[in-house]
Amino acid sequence: MRKILLSSIIIVIAITFLGRLSYLQIFSFSTDQVLEDPAIKAIYDYPERGYIYDRNGKLLVGNDPAYDVMVIPREVKPLDTLEFCGLLGIDKEKFIEKLGKARVYSPRLPSVLVPQLSKQDYAKLQEKMRKYKGFYIQKRSLRYYDTPSAANVLGYISEVNEGDLAVNKYYVQGELKGRTGVERYYEDLLRGRKGVQYIQKDRFNRDIGPYKNGTIDTLPEQGKQISITIDKTLQEYGELLMHGKRGGIVALEPATGEILSMISGPTYDPALLVGRERSKNYTKLYNDTIANPTWDRSIHAQQPPGSPFKTLNALIALQEGVMDESSTIQCFHGFYVGKTKRGCHCGGGMRDMNKGIYMSCNAYFAGTFRKIFEHFDTTDEAMDVWEKHMRSFGLGDYLGYDLPFGQKGRIPSKEYYDKWYGDNRWSSSYIISNSIGQGEILATPVQLANMTAAIANRGHYFTPHILKKIEGKNITEPKFTEAKHTTIDPKYFEPVVQGMADVYRKKGGTAYWLQIPDIEIAGKTGTAENFTKIDGVRTQLTDHSVFVAFAPVDNPKIAIAVYIENGYFGSRYAGHIATLMIEKYLKGEITRKDLEKRMLEKTLEAEYAKPYSGEEFKINERVW
Amino acid sequence: MSGRSILKRIDWLSVFIYFALVFIGWINIYSSTFTNEHSSIFDFGTLYGKQLFFIGVSLVTIVIILALEVNFYERFASLLYIISMISLLGLFVFGKTIAGATSWYDLGFFNLQPSELAKVATALALAKYLSDIQTDIKRRKDQLYALLILLIPALLIIPQPDPGSALVFFALIFVIFREGLPLFYLAIVLSLILIFIVTLMFGTIWLIIGLALLVILLFGFKRKTLKIPVIPLTLISVAVILFSLSVNFVYNNVFEQRHRDRFGLWLRLEKDPNKLEQIRKSIGYNTYQSEKAIESGGFFGKGFLEGTRTKGDFVPEQHTDYIFSTVGEEWGFFGTATVIILFTVLFLRLISLAERQKNAFARMYGYGVISILLIHYFINIGMVIGILPTIGIPLPFFSYGGSGLLFFTILLFIFLRQDTNRLKESF
Repeated sequence: MRKILLSSIIIVIAITFLGRLSYLQIFSFSTDQVLEDPAIKAIYDYPERGYIYDRNGKLLVGNDPAYDVMVIPREVKPLDTLEFCGLLGIDKEKFIEKLGKARVYSPRLPSVLVPQLSKQDYAKLQEKMRKYKGFYIQKRSLRYYDTPSAANVLGYISEVNEGDLAVNKYYVQGELKGRTGVERYYEDLLRGRKGVQYIQKDRFNRDIGPYKNGTIDTLPEQGKQISITIDKTLQEYGELLMHGKRGGIVALEPATGEILSMISGPTYDPALLVGRERSKNYTKLYNDTIANPTWDRSIHAQQPPGSPFKTLNALIALQEGVMDESSTIQCFHGFYVGKTKRGCHCGGGMRDMNKGIYMSCNAYFAGTFRKIFEHFDTTDEAMDVWEKHMRSFGLGDYLGYDLPFGQKGRIPSKEYYDKWYGDNRWSSSYIISNSIGQGEILATPVQLANMTAAIANRGHYFTPHILKKIEGKNITEPKFTEAKHTTIDPKYFEPVVQGMADVYRKKGGTAYWLQIPDIEIAGKTGTAENFTKIDGVRTQLTDHSVFVAFAPVDNPKIAIAVYIENGYFGSRYAGHIATLMIEKYLKGEITRKDLEKRMLEKTLEAEYAKPYSGEEFKINERVW
Repeated sequence: MSGRSILKRIDWLSVFIYFALVFIGWINIYSSTFTNEHSSIFDFGTLYGKQLFFIGVSLVTIVIILALEVNFYERFASLLYIISMISLLGLFVFGKTIAGATSWYDLGFFNLQPSELAKVATALALAKYLSDIQTDIKRRKDQLYALLILLIPALLIIPQPDPGSALVFFALIFVIFREGLPLFYLAIVLSLILIFIVTLMFGTIWLIIGLALLVILLFGFKRKTLKIPVIPLTLISVAVILFSLSVNFVYNNVFEQRHRDRFGLWLRLEKDPNKLEQIRKSIGYNTYQSEKAIESGGFFGKGFLEGTRTKGDFVPEQHTDYIFSTVGEEWGFFGTATVIILFTVLFLRLISLAERQKNAFARMYGYGVISILLIHYFINIGMVIGILPTIGIPLPFFSYGGSGLLFFTILLFIFLRQDTNRLKESF
């Protein structure tokens, strides 16, 4: 036993050592370590970020050169701080603070000391730069915007923060990264890949030649040029029309699902978020929590859709065989929700489906909705069928478009009402507001536009998307190129489409006076009631003005949804904007200058100020 | 005995491993100390040149050792021991202080470290005492004398201060164990180490709770008829608790902050991971850098002279105590495993050589050699790869240092010389 004691100890020690060494050298080892190695300096070569063009090849976003002053704190030698600060255009305290921050980040890795010098400052500084050890100038490019619009769609880029650094090892402090919109979603395409050159340093931190003779250095990979589906002209025009109004406009090409324009009002000039004024401007935009210009209403604002929703209820009634297009319902200037009467503006009388749609008769659709529910044995069954049809139009869930954010909207289910009212303690009359797009339904403008595109295509849609080409090649992603079919048979669409066309064609149609000469257009007005809380009191505000439309009726080229907050009747703001946008897109110019002039001049600022005035106010005023 | 028959009988496996280790060691010293001004490897102004010179001196010494008559060492063991103890005492008067420790004599062209000589002398003296016909290791008195032979040099070296070298002498206890010291002593030493660690990591309260559970486990399920040894049990428990309390006292009042830091780091007493990382990078700087260098080597290493951290001198004392980190960085797991395997084979080989000695003195001296080499190897590599606290002792045959290499060579080759005579009962 004594004889083997020492041998056993020797073996145990050997196993322990080999175990520890394999842990260190095999399991903990990673090739990334070259970046943490204090003896190796990495020099980056940044590729130019990809340009963004519109659908017709017009430049939207390009690049401008900029110059960053970089510092490697460990290499800084005592210097004439005052002169250097003068050249940099910053004060001494700021300089010391920045240098301290850089040292905390890493004494041996480069940090940005002063970002984005102008060309003039750069010229002055360049010749004196060699006097300042540990500092150098790194050239890179800044975003340049060839349009004052589409800020929310394009998104902005900003410096990576500590969170990004922890999540993605690719980034190094001071690098830029897409934060919102296309810049964020297609970050990897646009960014390209930076090149790296490794330099071996000795203990005195002198360069002693390339590390491993440059065999692991990489060349930069250019960012990709992309085209997006936005029509620059239409986008800019839409933003002009949105002047002084809040809301969203989304226009799609029904045959492809391409987003022609995506407008949120109010918006801002994307150039504000570039350059040395960036943080000041950003704070200003960010702090405007009332108008909220950085909040993209076209994909975020979930609102009751109002009357455009009636068309879907008509389609469901037809599909389920509950009614046909000639079935009639009598309108007594309204309908009942429980014992309260809800009004109707259509004038009263016998309504068939055609009249129901173009006159937007509330009573007709309340009756339709009730009939759908009476058609089934149980409310639950009816609710399931209704929900299934609604969801097939892309409502109530994320659409799957290629933008980083968005909202689901809401299509209520039986579970939703069971929770609200208690199991089976509700019936169609409780939820009848859904028939006219009020009630519990919520949709975003992009969802409304998509629903309109599905009607325009008579039963299918393509997932809305923003990317058109990469390096001149059309995208082939099946998610965007394959049609999604609704649960409504195409044959049932024609009466609804004709009803929507009569909205413009027939006297008594809610948008009769918005007809575009020579273009057959189909649309539907909407006027959505809405509420806010003022000092905890639920207060009704002026109705939202909603409009969906597509044109031409046969072979549609554009489907559009316009949602103007507190714009009152659908045919007013939203109807005007929709018809102008369609004309602009299809004809290239506007023939009805009076309509255009009205939209460019009228604003709703007074309306938006009301809830914040602290005084009693009237809603739904007839201003014009 | 003729020189030829010695060369025939010498254990060539051990000799081969010795040369392999010295060669690998020198390669890594070269890599650690080489600068871009390419001077000749024979330039004695450079550290690797100096080391090469001492390799030459060691070769000459080997020849002398093999040529000397084999019973010379047994005969002069006591004298050598006395001389070396005097040389240790002399340090208090004539010693030269390097890096805070008064451990050297300045001999002009090089510094002699008498504690290295003391290792050889003590191994010889212990072997001689134990192999004496009158010594009976079962006797308390003889046990005490044997321990004294180790304790005297250790106590002389501690105040230099050089606790690492002092620790080496305790390793010689293995020799006494081999010759019959009751394992009870080993159990006590291990228990004390365990109590020390447990007290620091969990506190005295948990130690008492653990102890109570242990007693219940041991005696709780036994037959009722069996008498529980109440009095010894109580005495042991009291002793354990007193020791545990004294550990707390010594740790907080006798240890200096730097010692506390080392133990705190080793046992991960700091629970906050951020603070721990901070400590690793400041107090544990050497170990942190050496671990990082080893880790960055990966499986095959960065290649000879390609170690970026070695080149940049990021690991302090890399050519001496931390030489193994150079192996790790430049030769990777392949290199470190090779070194571990070479040492392990050497130790196992030396054990089998010791066991085949008919002569008791040779066998005991052999065990002494193994114990001394093993403790150096264990503590040094354990420290460099971060599983033991920082204790500064060199890696045998590897670390830069003339007297170190010379005396490790003497230590080993005296035994190999004795082994060539193994067939003879007496000399």
